Amino acid sequence: MEPILRVTDLSKSFSRAGKNEFFAVDHVSFDVMPGEILGIVGESGSGKSTIAKLITRQIDATTGTIEIDGQDITKLTGRQLIPVYAKIQMVFQTPTGSFDPRRTLGDGICESLRNKGVSKAEREAKARGLLEQCGLPGEFLERYPHQVSGGQCQRAAIARALMCDPRILIFDEATSALDVTVQKQIIELLQQLQKEKNLAYLFICHNLALVQQFCDKVIVLYDGKIVERGLPDEVILHPQSDYARRLVEAIF
Amino acid sequence: MSVLLDYQHVEISFNGNAVVHDVSFQLHPGEILGLVGESGSGKSTLIKAAMGLLGESGMVTRGDIWFEGKNLPDLPEKEMRKICGEKIGMIFQDCGASMSPIRTIGEQIVESLSAHHKVDVHEAKATAMELFDKLRFKDGERVWNSYPFELSGGMNQRAGIAIAMLMNPAILMADEPTSALDVAVQRQVVEEMLNVRDVFGTAIIIVTHDIGVVSAMADSILVLQNGNVMEYGKAKDVLENPQNDYTRKLLSAVPRLRR
Repeated sequence: MEPILRVTDLSKSFSRAGKNEFFAVDHVSFDVMPGEILGIVGESGSGKSTIAKLITRQIDATTGTIEIDGQDITKLTGRQLIPVYAKIQMVFQTPTGSFDPRRTLGDGICESLRNKGVSKAEREAKARGLLEQCGLPGEFLERYPHQVSGGQCQRAAIARALMCDPRILIFDEATSALDVTVQKQIIELLQQLQKEKNLAYLFICHNLALVQQFCDKVIVLYDGKIVERGLPDEVILHPQSDYARRLVEAIF
Repeated sequence: MSVLLDYQHVEISFNGNAVVHDVSFQLHPGEILGLVGESGSGKSTLIKAAMGLLGESGMVTRGDIWFEGKNLPDLPEKEMRKICGEKIGMIFQDCGASMSPIRTIGEQIVESLSAHHKVDVHEAKATAMELFDKLRFKDGERVWNSYPFELSGGMNQRAGIAIAMLMNPAILMADEPTSALDVAVQRQVVEEMLNVRDVFGTAIIIVTHDIGVVSAMADSILVLQNGNVMEYGKAKDVLENPQNDYTRKLLSAVPRLRR
C-alpha cells in the first residue's frame, strides 16, 4: 500500500541578519498510510504547527519533499494546488476563529464546492448531510459562528473539511480549546468518521493521554527534530529518549 | 480548625440573571481548594466575587462571603483595596498579559508594593530577591530586569505567583493558572504553588478545568455545573468515589495515561 502522505527530509529555517539560521522544523521524515491516525506531540515551539503549515503549503519548505497520494506537491503553486486541497484538509484549534464572523456557517462550509462550480442546491444538500453526520441539525447552516458553542462550531469545521471528500485531515490542536466532556464527544465523532470513510488523520496534540487513546502511531518532536517514534504504548511505557521520558513523567 | 474564608449560600447575578446559585464552602488556613467545571459553569465568577471583580453588571445578590469578620460584597471600595493584594492575592491564566508590557518585572514589583505602603526601590528589591530565593528562581536578577515578553510563559507565570506573594497574603486565588502552559511547564507551576503553601502556609483556591492539576494539588474539591454545586468534599473522596452523576461524567471524559 502506498502512503497517502509522505514527508521526506522536510525542514523550515528562518534566518535573521547577524544570527544563526534557526530551524523550526529540522530534517523530518514520516509516512501516513491511508486510514491511519498519526499523532504528533511536543511542547510549544517544537515545530508541530509549522509541519502542518508546510504540508498544507501555507509556507514554503527550506529542504525536503511532501508527497500526497504519490504526487510531489512541494513546489506546486496557485491553481496547481486546487486538486491537492481536495485530498487534504485541515481543522484548527479555535473553531469560532476559523469561520468568517460575518458569514453563516453554511457559507463557510459550502465555499469549497462553490468555487468548484457545484450548484447551490447540490452543495447545500451535501452540507446538510455532513452536518447531520457530525451531530448537528441542518438548520445550523443558517447560524453565525458567534451563535453556536465552541464544540458545535468545531463540528461544523469538521463538516467543512469533509465537503470535498478528502483522504487525509490535519488536526492542529483541534480539541485543545474544548471542555473535556466536549473533547470526548468530538473524539468519538472522529473515530466514527474515520471508520466510515477510511480517512487518515494527522493529529497534532500536546495531550499524550489523548494521543495514546486515539492514535495508531506517534511522533515526538523536540526543537524541530523527531526524537522518538513508534506505537503510542511503546513510546509512553518505554520512552527511549530523554525528552520523551520527561514528557511522560510531567503528566499528572 | 478556624475558617479563613466562608462562602454562605452565595448567589451571583449578571444584569439580573442569576448565574451562580446557592454556593457554600469554607476555606481553612493552608488548605488548597479546587473549583472545577466546564466553561460557563461559574467557577471564575465565584472567586471574582470575593475580589470585587464582577464589573458593572455583576453582583452578589444573595448570601455572604465572610473574611476576617467582614462580608466582602458589602465592603466599600476603599476597604476592598486594603484586602485585595494585601490579604487576598490573585494570579491569572496568562500572567504575562496581565502585567504591563512596557515596564520591567522589577518596576512593576515596586509599583505594586508602593500601592500598599511606602517603600524605596532598594527595599523593594531586597524583599523581592529574598522571595525569589525562597521560590528557587534560578536567576532572580535577570527576572527583576526583564520585560514580560522576555520571559517564557512558564517563567511569567512563576513571576506572577511571586508578585502575588510579595504581600504574603493569607489566600491566593488562582484562575486557570496552568491552562495556557505545556505539560512540563504546568508541573513546574503546580510545584511552585505547592511550595508557596509549604513555605508561607497560604490557603489557595485554584480554578481550573484540568482534573489532573486538581488531583495533583487540591485538598478539597468543589464541582460546579451551570452555577450549581454538584459535589463538594475531600479531594480523594470526590476523585475516587464520586457520588454525583455529573462528577462521574466529567471524570470519565478525562483522557488518562496508561503507564
